[in-house]
Amino acid sequence: MGTPTIAIENTKSGEVRDAVYEHPFIVRLCHWVNAVALFVMVGSGLQIFRAFPSFGAKIPEKVLLNWPKSFAIGGWLGGALQWHLTFMWIYIGSGLLYLGYQILSGNYKQVLFVPRDVRGVWPMVRHYFFFGSKPPVREAYNPLQKHAYTSVVILGILSVATGFVIWKPIQFSWLAWMMGGFHYARLWHFIVMWAMLAFVFGHLIMVVLHGWNKFVSMLTGWKKDPEYLAK
Amino acid sequence: MYRRVDHRKFKSMNRRELLKLTPVVALGAFAIPSVQKPLLRAGLGFSDWASRVMFRSGHLATTFSDSDLTPFAKFPINDYDVDDPGVDFDRWTLTVAGAVQKGGDYKLEHIQALPKFRQNTRHVCVEGWDVIGRFGGARLSDFLKAIGADLTARYVYVECADDYYESLDMATALHPQTLLCYEMYDQPLTREHGAPLRLNIPTKVGYKQAKYLTDLTVTNVLQRVGYWEDQGYSEFCGL
Repeated sequence: MGTPTIAIENTKSGEVRDAVYEHPFIVRLCHWVNAVALFVMVGSGLQIFRAFPSFGAKIPEKVLLNWPKSFAIGGWLGGALQWHLTFMWIYIGSGLLYLGYQILSGNYKQVLFVPRDVRGVWPMVRHYFFFGSKPPVREAYNPLQKHAYTSVVILGILSVATGFVIWKPIQFSWLAWMMGGFHYARLWHFIVMWAMLAFVFGHLIMVVLHGWNKFVSMLTGWKKDPEYLAK
Repeated sequence: MYRRVDHRKFKSMNRRELLKLTPVVALGAFAIPSVQKPLLRAGLGFSDWASRVMFRSGHLATTFSDSDLTPFAKFPINDYDVDDPGVDFDRWTLTVAGAVQKGGDYKLEHIQALPKFRQNTRHVCVEGWDVIGRFGGARLSDFLKAIGADLTARYVYVECADDYYESLDMATALHPQTLLCYEMYDQPLTREHGAPLRLNIPTKVGYKQAKYLTDLTVTNVLQRVGYWEDQGYSEFCGL
């Protein structure tokens, strides 16, 4: 595993519990910075979208979504752009730090979805959605988790790429071309956002279902009595 | 087999790990009204700096065929005040000042005497919509050379008949597709599109492309950046 495991001894009761340092500091830091940045990016992005709530050229202009102002950040287009163009650097920075750390430290092995994880996806889906029996837990992340966390990193990269095309369609004309043009980049940016929000929705539900212990592990790094160490 | 730790020590280990995350709390500064404004200004300033670095002066905006053009009648008319500020065409001049050798008043004929360029380019609004228009005029770079402008100056600043004002970084001003535009769709500029002279800058968003020009100043210092910029929009806003 490579993750340090320790035994916690309670001197009074004599109870001994296991704990694993599951989430390195940089991962936790990036997780929370990114959580804040993503929140601001979505909120300000939706305010920016309100200025032209449509896709394609000016004509025909159809309002596709009357997004309420109270669920947006920035107050007006100029304000929202300030938030968006400020937090995009925090968002990109935390993303690069995360990727750099994961690759250089080798910690990516904990979470990267690889071909041998494919087999394990369906049993987890059956367990989560169709009351199937719980597959044995062998690692910090089950195959479905790896799939989700790997996918969301790809979505994060796509959100930056599509965003850059909207921001600089001429300087990144080759990237714009790959996305099907300026209009499509805007649509992709929007779709990627909803895909990430779908991830966040599922992520939060799992946090609630799996309890305090796992939530705390993303704050302190330490997870008590991880299932994969069960005796 | 592995390290044994007293449960109290484990608690302090947890606390230490939690405290390491305090930098995240620094983001809370964005929620403090008095600090928020300068922080967002700095963020926007950083984005503008990055934009300047990313701008490639030799890289051209995509041009389109005539069949891609948005019909002229559907080309949006955007202004902050009036569609027609009532410019008197007979008496109109472009007043040139600042770091130039040949300042003074220039008639439209002076500008039309420069080599003429026509381009079908995308006009992108900061709001997110865009249209493809046909623009004709003289290269701003040719005009700047003709008036003996200091091309190492930082900005070209313009004022308009409707009290709108704008500024342009020199790199963009010298871009080959940046035009002093007096024609749209091969016809003389109409009043609502900025007659007699407007800027056409395919590498910038719409609000940088000022209409009804009356004054042009080459300068290193800006008293004002632009009508929208001074309300919080990006200064560079290049595409």
